[in-house]
Amino acid sequence: MSYIMEDKFRLDRQTIGLRVAREFQDGDVVNLGIGMPGMASNFVPAGREVIFHAEMGVLGFGEMTAPGEGDYDLVNAGGQTVHELPGMSCFDHAEAFTMIRGGHVDVSVMGAFQVSEKGDLANYMVPERKVGVVGGAMDLAIGTKRLIISMTHTTKDGQPRILKECTYPITALNCVDLIVTDIAVIEVTENGLVLKEIAPGWTPEEVQSLTEPTLIVDPDCQEITLM
Amino acid sequence: MPINKIVSSFDDAVADMQDGATILVGGFGVVAGAPSLLLEAVARKGVKDLTMVACVAGFGKDVWSLLGFKFPEDQDILVRNGQVKKAITTAPVSAIYENNFERLLRAGKVELEMASQGSLAERIRAAKAGLGGVYTPVGIGTVLQEGKETRIIDGKEYILELPIKADFALIKADKADRWGNLVYRRTTRTYNAVMAGAAAVTVAEVNEIVDLGELDADFIHTPGIYVDRVVVRPDVVEGAEVEISEAARQSHQKFLERKGN
Repeated sequence: MSYIMEDKFRLDRQTIGLRVAREFQDGDVVNLGIGMPGMASNFVPAGREVIFHAEMGVLGFGEMTAPGEGDYDLVNAGGQTVHELPGMSCFDHAEAFTMIRGGHVDVSVMGAFQVSEKGDLANYMVPERKVGVVGGAMDLAIGTKRLIISMTHTTKDGQPRILKECTYPITALNCVDLIVTDIAVIEVTENGLVLKEIAPGWTPEEVQSLTEPTLIVDPDCQEITLM
Repeated sequence: MPINKIVSSFDDAVADMQDGATILVGGFGVVAGAPSLLLEAVARKGVKDLTMVACVAGFGKDVWSLLGFKFPEDQDILVRNGQVKKAITTAPVSAIYENNFERLLRAGKVELEMASQGSLAERIRAAKAGLGGVYTPVGIGTVLQEGKETRIIDGKEYILELPIKADFALIKADKADRWGNLVYRRTTRTYNAVMAGAAAVTVAEVNEIVDLGELDADFIHTPGIYVDRVVVRPDVVEGAEVEISEAARQSHQKFLERKGN
């Protein structure tokens, strides 16, 4: 079905990170997942001060260090060494998750295998593997004020990841607020999924053809902008 | 007689651990506060049928070496030695590698109880604080709800998570005094500070022992009441050069090829 679209331009990982980072508001406390979501830390819009939170117990750390140059007593959720910043604080795991589960973290950015129409999230286990990594994903999905998912719109073989119902094991129900993919920005609302932005060169119909549930096209739907 | 919780060797620190013990192992992964030398001592002791409670089930020296890092041991040493009967953990497997735990799980040789990081921390804290359990909305509608009591409080559904009672807590800190007061560095506090005092015996592996009174009372992270034994690391702890097994190499390659799926 998608042979015409295969050649179309899709946002790369960095550009998705750039778009996600636009969501960070001045003063937000932000928790970034491992991998693609972590890219967003490099693109905080100029003039906004954002505090990054990591689950093993640190607030206010800086960018990743060059490989091999960091202090292995100071890492992010991916175990990568990061720089210290003035104002940084360290604490234990129970405290870190009190912040998450108690609703004190403003934004969480995670990857996903699947997201449903109602905002259900599946991101901890591929069924064929029969075992996965829950980590802090369930806590973050339930506890943070706003959950942003950054992922590719379709699987490697072109199947939709945005579905009527998730078929993979559930991380949390009804938790996703915004989905940023390589071709679209979609808001999860009580009325359904609202298509807010599309990648350059795409039409809403083409995005719909790669999305299982029916999208509500926002009257102000526009091309994805990065600034 | 002066209180002195300092023991002279890692082997002495775990000498009374029994087969079938439940052990809490601190740290996030090996890079943020695993009690590596205590784990080596448990491996030397050879106790079996352990229930291991830890954030991760371990990655192992050879995969770290493959990725270009030189780290000391993590939880994997007990897994690959066949000393673990069951793990209660949030990250039993790796995203980049089929670790020993995954291999043994497939072979039916270990049991897994999956937990979320927040609930694991609270279950440990509940045991430490003498609570009968903790109600949390995390896990509703997921496999973590299975077999657990639920309750509606103020119109919202919660799961009852029970305390984890343990025989030993093996933790890692930066500095200690002879009373067992502890200070951690940066992101190594993680589960170490949560687990301190949550088991019958808490053993702290530390970088440095300082005189009583040297730690500022306002900046002690774990008061000594939670700590039973302190053992100090040698000046330098480095991962020895390890040979990368063919299994590790192939497994890592497989994951690299699968990446992006």
